[in-house]
Amino acid sequence: MNQLADTFRDRSAFAPSGPYRLLPARFSRLDDRRYVITNDVGEYVVLERPALQALLRHELQPGTPLYADLKSRHFLFDGESRVALDLLALKYRSRADRIADFTALHMFVVTLRCDHTCSYCQVSRQMEEKSRFDMSQAHADRAVEFVFRSPSPAIKIEFQGGEPLLNFDLIRHVVLRAESLNREHGRDLVFVIASNLTRLNDEILDFCKGHRIYFSTSLDGPADLHDERRALPRGSSYRAAVDGIQRIREALGPDAVAALMTTSPGSLPRVREIVDEYVKQGFHSIFLRSLSPYGFAVRTSLVRRYDVDDWVKFYVEGLRHIIDLNLSGYPMREEFAAILLQKMFAPVGNGYVDLQSPAGLGIAGIIYNYDGAIYASDEGRMLAEMGDHTFRLGHLDEDSFEEVMTSDTLVDLLKDSMLEGLPMCSDCAFMPYCGSDPVFHKATQGDVIGHKAFSSFCKKQMAVLRHLIALMEDDASARRVLQSWI
Amino acid sequence: MLIKLHGRSLRALSPERSPEPFLGRVCTNPALPAAARSREILLVEGPCELPGGFRAYLTRSETGVARQPNVFFIGAEFPFLGDGDIIRIHPERSGLTVLYRRSSAFNSMLVTERCDNYCVMCSQPPKERDDGWLVDELFEIIPMMSPETPEIGITGGEPGLLGSRLVDLVDRFRRFLPRTALHILSNGRAFADEKFALALAKVGHPDLMLGIPLYGDLPEVHDFVVQARGAFDQTIRGILNLKRHRVRVELRFVVQRDTVERLPAFARFVARNLLFVDHVALMGLELMGFARSNLDAIWIDPLDYQRELAEAVEILDRARMHVSIYNHQLCVLDPVLHRFARASISDWKNLYLEECARCEARARCGGFFASSVVRRSRGIAPFAIAEQSGPMVAQRED
Repeated sequence: MNQLADTFRDRSAFAPSGPYRLLPARFSRLDDRRYVITNDVGEYVVLERPALQALLRHELQPGTPLYADLKSRHFLFDGESRVALDLLALKYRSRADRIADFTALHMFVVTLRCDHTCSYCQVSRQMEEKSRFDMSQAHADRAVEFVFRSPSPAIKIEFQGGEPLLNFDLIRHVVLRAESLNREHGRDLVFVIASNLTRLNDEILDFCKGHRIYFSTSLDGPADLHDERRALPRGSSYRAAVDGIQRIREALGPDAVAALMTTSPGSLPRVREIVDEYVKQGFHSIFLRSLSPYGFAVRTSLVRRYDVDDWVKFYVEGLRHIIDLNLSGYPMREEFAAILLQKMFAPVGNGYVDLQSPAGLGIAGIIYNYDGAIYASDEGRMLAEMGDHTFRLGHLDEDSFEEVMTSDTLVDLLKDSMLEGLPMCSDCAFMPYCGSDPVFHKATQGDVIGHKAFSSFCKKQMAVLRHLIALMEDDASARRVLQSWI
Repeated sequence: MLIKLHGRSLRALSPERSPEPFLGRVCTNPALPAAARSREILLVEGPCELPGGFRAYLTRSETGVARQPNVFFIGAEFPFLGDGDIIRIHPERSGLTVLYRRSSAFNSMLVTERCDNYCVMCSQPPKERDDGWLVDELFEIIPMMSPETPEIGITGGEPGLLGSRLVDLVDRFRRFLPRTALHILSNGRAFADEKFALALAKVGHPDLMLGIPLYGDLPEVHDFVVQARGAFDQTIRGILNLKRHRVRVELRFVVQRDTVERLPAFARFVARNLLFVDHVALMGLELMGFARSNLDAIWIDPLDYQRELAEAVEILDRARMHVSIYNHQLCVLDPVLHRFARASISDWKNLYLEECARCEARARCGGFFASSVVRRSRGIAPFAIAEQSGPMVAQRED
């Protein structure tokens, strides 16, 4: 190696002097051999046990690639350099920034009526004719006022049910009212209708054309799987969904409709078929979800009919299939992985409502029920249908926006949902990628915090995160696909 | 095209000459109203009667003794000189220096040769001496520049060492050339003082960018390259302060033997910590100054770092950052990188080699620094249009 001219000093003159100091970090086992260590802002390094021990004992040798990576990713600092602390603070602030702009998602249960009679349904459905299960216009107007009190620069109003298209007049009213108010507020305002699409018609599509309205529908997989659980008297729910999807794309464009799947025991051996059904319908995105433990699902004990290990097996197989589709030239994203990867690799916070710390309750999403009651989340409203009112924040007739958002109910729930202070979460390496689910733990363990050793939520999160990190580390072709989802 | 901006072969044709160097603006219109002539230097081609009142005269044809003061024969030199160009004439030294060319898309202004870094590959080695006259001169010529000037570069040395004079300078550009983009090359260290960053921001220049070199993700790498302990911390804090006050920042990373190993790690570091910077330039060496004296210690053939370069560009591009590759010829770059390559070398020090004449990609290629002749990549070879049917494919000749 050739030398620099005499007036220059060589590298050794700039090597850090003295011992290194550790920055805040957490580590967990990745597999038999390896550990993953993460810092508060979600950067991670995978290392073997002896290296981890050396790091923690301050015995790691400077000048090695591992030392350099740990220093670059702010697990340690040394010498006179302290700028790591400035950068960590900045990154922490960037990730937490969105909390100040609270409540981007406002859900309106415009009716509880539904034309389906699904056994697992999360909401307590009512017969179609009973219009006393519709939201009143007065409540809707009051809820729209609440919407614009949120400081969030982006607002999404989601219409839910029941089957919201059974009360389309109210949807139309809310859209027009919100747009009119937004001329003054200037938010990035969009609408979503969560519908089974059986009641879709030209009049509805014509109205949607002039507004920023998107559809979200259910598609559980192939026709037999979908129809088995989505009972539609006098018809096929699957047929209605796929026909509706095509009609919406024709009328409003290819991105105007998204589909969500729900996993049931019948789905577990069929994940490839489910993914392929999404491909067949022209989707480039799928969210492999687990069955939620609310509503009829809990009552009928469906949730206990399969273990989280079975779901993880289902998920891993599905993810492999999706990665292979990408490698074969069909771009397809798995949304759960995409959310987690974004939390791992992007410096900004992720807005996914169900994985926040503090929880997204009220501050990421809020729901106005058909009867005017306000809940901290969709699942919180379902728990209320089962008699547990823990997540009821107030009522549109009785409470002001300030009273709702500063209520002891909400503030206490948020306080209890900050992972940094929760037992077993506070020292978990996966904490920066995770979130709180107080409703799940209340429903399954009777306590909003829950004991994570017995939590299938925790088990699922850890299994999926371990799997994703191992893919990123060990499988170069999978890594390229996963990176393209961030 | 390589352009010479300085010469020492003026021949005075008039007995009466200014004793001191002076500045003026080139004008080719002898009929310019007399009242507008005092700062103009009349450039004439052939022998003619020289009207009075101009600051000086340049003539391309030899004539006898001139009646006007400050008449100089320049012959065929500086063939590009034209209306609006600003020059310095040093009669004692027979010197002419072109400071500003109106027709150039990018004029670069040296404001000091002092610097608190001492980079191992510095193309313009610092000189520790009082050179305040440089910025004085720039203050003087700003009002003479065309308001249509697209972009001005401020370079050093380290412009940050000018302190409040730099702030005043930017303010002067804002007032006289509000439509001109201003690009300042600075090591950023002075802006570790937040008050200084704020003062610069408060000027409110409409189109200001600071190009700040950062040579690694670790202090030991950066501090070594710039030969200054603590520089990494100061530069990072400077970048944070500037961005905190909404001043646009471009990072400049020079690929050389000491920095290439952590180039992908650098990209990851930037995407994670400095995502808010406005542009990242990954640059090849300019083989001048220290880069030449340290050539064997710092040189690496671009062919030997394409993997690292491609990985870094992919990381930054995926993070949706603006990333460019400067000072690299297309023939040495992996084809996936071609869309990031910019023709970045200033025209006055830019050239192409003999084989470039046969190259199909020449029009899209940045070419070479004039200084590059001392060492060239093994990969230099013209692209030829493939002689085959189907789509046109560029491939390299053996």
